[in-house]
Amino acid sequence: MKNNNVIKAEKLTKKFGDFTAVNAIIFEVKKGEIFGFLGANGAGKTTAMKMLIGISIPTSGKAKVAGYDVFTDPENIKKNIGYMSQKFSLYDDLTVKENITFFGGIYGLSRKEIKAKRCQLVEELGLEEIVNELVGSLPLGWKQKLAFSVALLHEPKIIFLDEPTGGVDPITRRQFWEMIYKTANNGTTVFVTTHYMDEAEYCDRVSIMVDGRIEALDTPKKLKEQFNVNSMNDVFLKLARG
Amino acid sequence: MKRFIGFLKKEFYHIFRDKRSLFILFGMPVAQIMLFGFAITNEINNVNIAILDKSEDVTTKEIINKISSSTYFTIEQFIINEAEIETIFKKGKIKAVLIFEKDFSKNLIKENNASVQIITDATDPNTASTISNYANSMLQKYQQEVNKSIEIPYQIIPKSRMIFNQELKSVFMFVPGVMTIILMLVSAMMTSISITREKELGTMEILLVSPLKPFQVIIGKVVPYIFLSIINAIVIVLLSIFIFEMPVQGSLLLLGVESVIFIVNALSLGILISTISATQQTAMMVSLMGLMLPVILLSGFIFPINSMPEILQVISNVIPATWYIIILKGIMLKGVGLAIIWKETLILVAMTLFFIALSIKKYKIRLE
Repeated sequence: MKNNNVIKAEKLTKKFGDFTAVNAIIFEVKKGEIFGFLGANGAGKTTAMKMLIGISIPTSGKAKVAGYDVFTDPENIKKNIGYMSQKFSLYDDLTVKENITFFGGIYGLSRKEIKAKRCQLVEELGLEEIVNELVGSLPLGWKQKLAFSVALLHEPKIIFLDEPTGGVDPITRRQFWEMIYKTANNGTTVFVTTHYMDEAEYCDRVSIMVDGRIEALDTPKKLKEQFNVNSMNDVFLKLARG
Repeated sequence: MKRFIGFLKKEFYHIFRDKRSLFILFGMPVAQIMLFGFAITNEINNVNIAILDKSEDVTTKEIINKISSSTYFTIEQFIINEAEIETIFKKGKIKAVLIFEKDFSKNLIKENNASVQIITDATDPNTASTISNYANSMLQKYQQEVNKSIEIPYQIIPKSRMIFNQELKSVFMFVPGVMTIILMLVSAMMTSISITREKELGTMEILLVSPLKPFQVIIGKVVPYIFLSIINAIVIVLLSIFIFEMPVQGSLLLLGVESVIFIVNALSLGILISTISATQQTAMMVSLMGLMLPVILLSGFIFPINSMPEILQVISNVIPATWYIIILKGIMLKGVGLAIIWKETLILVAMTLFFIALSIKKYKIRLE
């Protein structure tokens, strides 16, 4: 079972001066799992995520992502993960095609691979008509699906999604989660932070952070049983209010 | 390397698709040079003056004739008493009044001494002193012409000559300054804005999570602006040579090398600014206040450093632009080589290295 863990954090801690943003968190994420990373604003989830994706150095503890150590091998981690943040992370003044080419390029894909990927994307998402349009002119929902697909261009082992569905309508959110399921079915691990508790229900397992610590970690079903409530929303409220 | 070229391509898309930045990049240099070259000038031409001639004799007539035939002055009116002087100055059209004393000719011949009073409107001190200098030298010239026939045993005749800019064209003084400002603006401001824009949009995060190394991102951001700055420098030099007939006495190669050093200096300042500002607006304000103002006011571009208060002189010494302007003037107007300006060059290089080191350090701190 141990080889199945693509993320493994052991007492991972980040301090800013006297303030402990992330306090000795311990968790594992299995391959192909959709792992929900919940917490209120300021609970430390973004900081924890930044340590895992190699742009923030932990103060103490251990963590391995995609088999590489976050202290010694952040470069290899970066090659094996994808990342999409809450801000849509594509260039508005570049066309769809140029964005794909650019992001494929910085992940070291060859021109041939980029072209193949692009054709595949265009077909899957039905982009034929907008492939030469500036991304800035697309509706939010489109941008978001595109950003997700672009983050997957280099076929990462794990994709990190930082509040990916902020500010979009329920239908688009639903479609977006279908894309997430499909990705997970293909064997890519999905690590997602979210505010929406209904989305937490879609995850295989969720962890809930409160004040820098992980206070609960299990499948949504078991968490609901444990706290004796009907929805993830109630689980969250119970925890966050202490 | 291929990743890097892809990155550069993206940067050029950004630049060429943003009409505003394109205008700043290429409109500004041309507009500024034209403005400084044609409109803003220290020279005087057709200054309106008034004359109060209390003696009205042959000599004063001759002098007045000389003055009115020059292109510097236009005799707007003759007045008859001192009381009028204040009124006409208040109206503002007349910038100077020449007053010939009574019995001018007689005094000149009998006592070898006659006086002319020059009163100037010093609400604009620079113009006032220029006008008074011009009037003085015209009177002196006249004196020399008259005295040619007369043998005076002892006389010291100062003959001044302005070298390196014989015609005292002010555009010669402005070109190095404008070039400095433009390079500073394009390099420092535009880079800091373009880096903070990625921060603001959140794409910087994406780039940092990608396998691209932070220094590759920064170099990729900077290289396009090095190109554009060099093109700008060339445009400015060509404009000043062909439109304002500004000579470039020294080596063009040296001019180029020094300019590249200055550009890199400005770029490292731009990176530094981007590390301390979170938004494009802050970056722009910091560049304007922190870089442009000192360059305009303290670099010796417009105001001579020697006449500044000591504390400002010290500050002006730590502004890279000060040294670059000295270098530019040296190469363009005096035609000097590295043998003369090695010290300034060395200072500029040292400052550049310092700012590069500082911005790398700051950048690293920010990442952690």
